[in-house]
Amino acid sequence: MNLEQQLKERLKDKEILLMTHIVLGYPSFTVNRQVIRQMIENGVDCIEMQLPFSEPMADGPVILKANQDSLAGGTRIADCLAFGAEMAAAHDIPFLFMTYYNIIFKYGEEPFFARAKEAGIKGFIVPDLPPEQGETFFRLAEEFQIAPILIFAPTSTDERMRELDRVGRGFIYCVARRGVTGKKSEFGADFSDYLRRCRAATAKPLAVGFGIQNRDDVQALIGKADMAVIGSQTIRLVDAQGPEAVGPFIAGLR
Amino acid sequence: MNKTGYFGNWGGSFIPEVLHQTFEDLKEEYQKAKADPAFWQEYLSLMSTYSCRPTPLTHAENLSRHFGGAQIYIKREDLNHTGAHKANNVIGQGLLVKRMGKKRVIAETGAGQHGMATATMAARFGFSCTIYMGEVDVQRQRPNVFWMEKMGATVVPVKDGSRTLKDAINEAFRDWVTNIDDTHYVFGTACGPAPFPEMVAWFQSIIGLEAIKQILAQHGRLPSRIYACVGGGSNAMGIFGRFFQEKGVELVGVEAAGRGISSGMHATRLSGTDASPGVAQGYKTMFLQNEDGQMKETHSVAAGLDYVGVSPILADHWENGRVRFESATDDEVMEALDLTMKMEGIIPALESSHAFVQAFKEAPQLSPSEAIIINMSGRGDKDIFTIAHAFKDPSWKEFIIKRGLEYSKETLSVVI
Repeated sequence: MNLEQQLKERLKDKEILLMTHIVLGYPSFTVNRQVIRQMIENGVDCIEMQLPFSEPMADGPVILKANQDSLAGGTRIADCLAFGAEMAAAHDIPFLFMTYYNIIFKYGEEPFFARAKEAGIKGFIVPDLPPEQGETFFRLAEEFQIAPILIFAPTSTDERMRELDRVGRGFIYCVARRGVTGKKSEFGADFSDYLRRCRAATAKPLAVGFGIQNRDDVQALIGKADMAVIGSQTIRLVDAQGPEAVGPFIAGLR
Repeated sequence: MNKTGYFGNWGGSFIPEVLHQTFEDLKEEYQKAKADPAFWQEYLSLMSTYSCRPTPLTHAENLSRHFGGAQIYIKREDLNHTGAHKANNVIGQGLLVKRMGKKRVIAETGAGQHGMATATMAARFGFSCTIYMGEVDVQRQRPNVFWMEKMGATVVPVKDGSRTLKDAINEAFRDWVTNIDDTHYVFGTACGPAPFPEMVAWFQSIIGLEAIKQILAQHGRLPSRIYACVGGGSNAMGIFGRFFQEKGVELVGVEAAGRGISSGMHATRLSGTDASPGVAQGYKTMFLQNEDGQMKETHSVAAGLDYVGVSPILADHWENGRVRFESATDDEVMEALDLTMKMEGIIPALESSHAFVQAFKEAPQLSPSEAIIINMSGRGDKDIFTIAHAFKDPSWKEFIIKRGLEYSKETLSVVI
């Protein structure tokens, strides 16, 4: 089953799916392992694992710091790939890699796809690679059957959304607002209009991210989107209360 | 530039989706401005009344005599308003911002010259203005921070990463994706996502357009070589622009070798062997990065050259051989600066002094009937703290100590 089918299968018995995010190597792979186990035990449907980059231009302060601390602690891309393979083998949910294009470019696009395929990774999120810049990347994605997940933003026109929908696979990642990751979003009337535009542009599952922090935020998305993305909030939680706090937090979201 | 903003293998536009529409609008506005002769006329008129264009081309007779080779000419971008070539780009983008109807500008700055120029332009055009500057650069370029704030700009010290230019760029992008509707990002150099490299090079091309007329008038024929320092590459693109088509003119870009290329403490992307192709900060070029694609720390005594990437247009000219790339160490830079001050009464910025180093190395090999041009991208007054420190100037130290004591007494009396 490909990623889109997997998610649609899960949507048959859930009102809304949960996707969580972790930065690999932050604070350590050992903690990553504990956090992921807790996420899965508490029903998370999909996990994006961010391979740290020194210049994470689309990320806000929380994830930016996690990237920098992970690298300062000596995290290497080879370690991240091995960890990804370990997780995908151990757990029965789809795992994605999120990173910036330079990490993949520098590794070599084809070897990176081959390694990720071998590791059982289902999709890639690369926020700084628009379709028009990634001819090879999107060809390889088709070849290796790894879903290149594309992003809709409130500034995307209807026409642009349809264009992105043609090239993207797996699901569409809708960023809830302008800005970077980690800040609270307002889910008002404009937001509902925006999600209606997203829905009209694609038949793929809609994931909503950026600023989703609690049960109310997740509940507000039911009926409007298919998956809520929790990013910076779990990092804050682990920083403040340790990995054990993640399980109850996730369990309380739905 | 082809459809997707590439120059040979370099450039492009690697941006988050939230910026897509803004870049489409910017590209369109830029193309319209470029096609409109009235726009360039307005630009020229502003540059000649608000700034000091055309800037002079100075025949450095003493230096020429000293080296006994080529006639050395200096293109005086230091005499631009705010003391550097940065004003050329900033005023141009300011006119575009007016056309786009935006009310707020943001910018990154390394040496502080681009931030200075942007704050000046914002004051003049009535825009609100935020400048992002690495914390390290805030420390070493304190006078520029002072002036930016005095002109009404907010200066935000960036504490992430290496706390220099690249981190300021990331932070400016983060502001931009949050405030795209009313804000324009005045990118400071010929780097970044398309259309910035081409657009910045276009505004800076005014340097070369003037220089070719001036050298023909003063020297009677084209120069043999032109030297420019290369950080991001905008002053080099500016003076080289008009000369790319003059095949007999050799173009030389000079990067920062810092404490020596073998020390690893440098910023040589095209003249050394430490850089490799990569994609960051929205564009593809040669970056100083490790095998995993993580950017490295760079070093130069000159904040404006202390940068991991380089203009994709220059990367293309490096690859096709049109521009030769050399480098100058911090120590060589101090020597060239000292000599230029003593012999010509001219104070080049530490950045510009890199170009002087290479010109001084090569001038003796050429005949006195030949001419070379050094692009003096900015003035060194801003670097007074760094330069005085590097020269270990005793009377300056004494002055700082005394002033420090005075201030600490004032603070103490306020506390008491």
